Amino acid sequence: MSDNKILRIVARFLIPLIMLFALYIQFHGEYSPGGGFQAGVVFAAAWILFVLIFGMDLGLAVIPKRAMYVLMLIGVLIYCAVGLINVIQGGAFLEFATLLPNPQAAQQAGIVTVELGIGITVASAIMMIFTKFAERKAWLDAVEEEAP
Amino acid sequence: MDVVAWMPFIVLTPLILSAVVALLPGRFAPWGVSVIVAVVITALSFWVLGHVDETPIRYAFGQWPPPIGIEYRVDAANAWVAFIVSAIALLALVWGKASVDQEIPERQSVFYALFLLTLAGLLGITLTGDAFNVFVFLEISSLSTYALIAHGPDRRGLLASFRYLIMGTIGATFVLIGIGFLYMMTGTLNMADLAERLPAVADTNAIRAGFAFIVVGLGLKMALLPLHLWLPNAYAYAPNMVTVFLAGTATKVALYVLLRFIYTVFGFEGSFGMLPLAPLLMTLAIAGMVVGSWVAMFEPNLKRLLAYSSVAQVGYLVLGVSLVSVVGLTATFVHLFNHALMKAALFMALGTVMYQTGSARIEAFYGIGRQMPWTMSAFAVAGLSLIGVPATAGFVSKWYLILASIEAGHPWLVGLILITSFMAVFYVWRVIEAAWFKAPNEQAKPVREAPLCLLVPLWLTVLLNLYFGLDTRLSLGAATRAAQTLLGSF
Repeated sequence: MSDNKILRIVARFLIPLIMLFALYIQFHGEYSPGGGFQAGVVFAAAWILFVLIFGMDLGLAVIPKRAMYVLMLIGVLIYCAVGLINVIQGGAFLEFATLLPNPQAAQQAGIVTVELGIGITVASAIMMIFTKFAERKAWLDAVEEEAP
Repeated sequence: MDVVAWMPFIVLTPLILSAVVALLPGRFAPWGVSVIVAVVITALSFWVLGHVDETPIRYAFGQWPPPIGIEYRVDAANAWVAFIVSAIALLALVWGKASVDQEIPERQSVFYALFLLTLAGLLGITLTGDAFNVFVFLEISSLSTYALIAHGPDRRGLLASFRYLIMGTIGATFVLIGIGFLYMMTGTLNMADLAERLPAVADTNAIRAGFAFIVVGLGLKMALLPLHLWLPNAYAYAPNMVTVFLAGTATKVALYVLLRFIYTVFGFEGSFGMLPLAPLLMTLAIAGMVVGSWVAMFEPNLKRLLAYSSVAQVGYLVLGVSLVSVVGLTATFVHLFNHALMKAALFMALGTVMYQTGSARIEAFYGIGRQMPWTMSAFAVAGLSLIGVPATAGFVSKWYLILASIEAGHPWLVGLILITSFMAVFYVWRVIEAAWFKAPNEQAKPVREAPLCLLVPLWLTVLLNLYFGLDTRLSLGAATRAAQTLLGSF
């Protein structure tokens, strides 16, 4: 689709906005509708739009598969690390109140960090799923071409 | 050291470290970390098992008070199941290194990460005191199990995994619908809270439907007879280490959840009064025992043979439940442990032969007894335990099952248990006969005895079978306390 000028220009205009909106959902998730999962999906959608317009090779140059895989796990580890810090500080697992002296600020800091972990994991997992499907399509086409 | 503060780490350790294991390179590091995790959680759950008494150990996540937040609630019943699951995971991991190296040469970090996720899921189901959390962990363990089964060296593993995915998803959905009905009627998801609020609304169709959905959904998960069709192929085509682990744990955890719902959530009178549950379970259990053993008698693939034998063993477990007595439930809980031990040993022995020959067909076992005497002797001893010969672990569970049948006024069940035991003699003997009395296949290359890294854990498991047939203090003591806790909790 990269030969269509309208698509290219509109996508260039839209992709940064979609990503910005994803970050907005991410960091306002604790007191308005949204959160890590939704933000991750929206963020990945921006990347998928980029791939649809500019092609898989450029998309993977932006974020290689290995990076997706590692980010997917790092998100989980961020979530768990918050919980473990709470335990080390003498609270229960995921008891955010131990994080900061002010209980309200501590709850906010805890949930924002946890949601960040979720957002990273969801975004990279969705990119990974999309990449796998795209690769399978390329693989199937190659098989069909070989078969008479 | 505070037992309450450390208890949730039985689940958290494998859950967190699975993400770490997925990042580790090579073949040794992922396995090494997994073994360390298994050692830690086995020790932790054994420690917790020693500390459970009348009052359950409770842990509220994030310090949110229980009816609102999620709590882990451990009493004698789930501490025992958690110990079984983590101990079998440890045995499977120690045995499985060479087998996994052969079957899955690449990307082992993903495999071991999935294994730890399955483990975390099963332990989470066991320890949690929150009905919805049960469903979440059920999905965690199921999804990673499907992926583990698809790792099998045989491409039929993909189909087996897909069928299990369909059936497992239906089962999990049924459980979710059931929990949804309960939530709709009571407004709470905490099990203890549900138990308090349910009697007021017990006589409604919504609760009856919810109960039926939960029983059927968990029946699917534990492969109770008419719902067992996913199990044989899933076990047969999974990597051997996964089969060893799943055969000892997955169906048992589903059975435990069913017991938890029957006795704690709905309460004794609630569940046995609402549906004709005892006769229903007894019919299905007997059908499972007979049909499972019958199919096993003629099955040419030995992994499928043992899988059908597992269907029969689920029948024994459910039979103990259907007798509705402390002795019956004790028989179930002690058989949970003993069956995990004997099936782990049998699948390990099969896996050890498959490591050398690469086939589970009975023809591949012709004459193998002379080529691999240690492995096949282990199979024979574990087979005796499966049959229930005195001085093996299997005898203890059958003995208690027979005691419970007589006590409950069903002496004819004794005959049935004996008949199915003879069927077990028949299918175990088929393997022994093939291994020792048949001439080796001429096309087949002669094989040598398996390496020690497979034999030592195998024999350790076999000796545990013998040990727990003679010294039943741990197994029977914990099982009795588990049964008393469940029956005393209404």
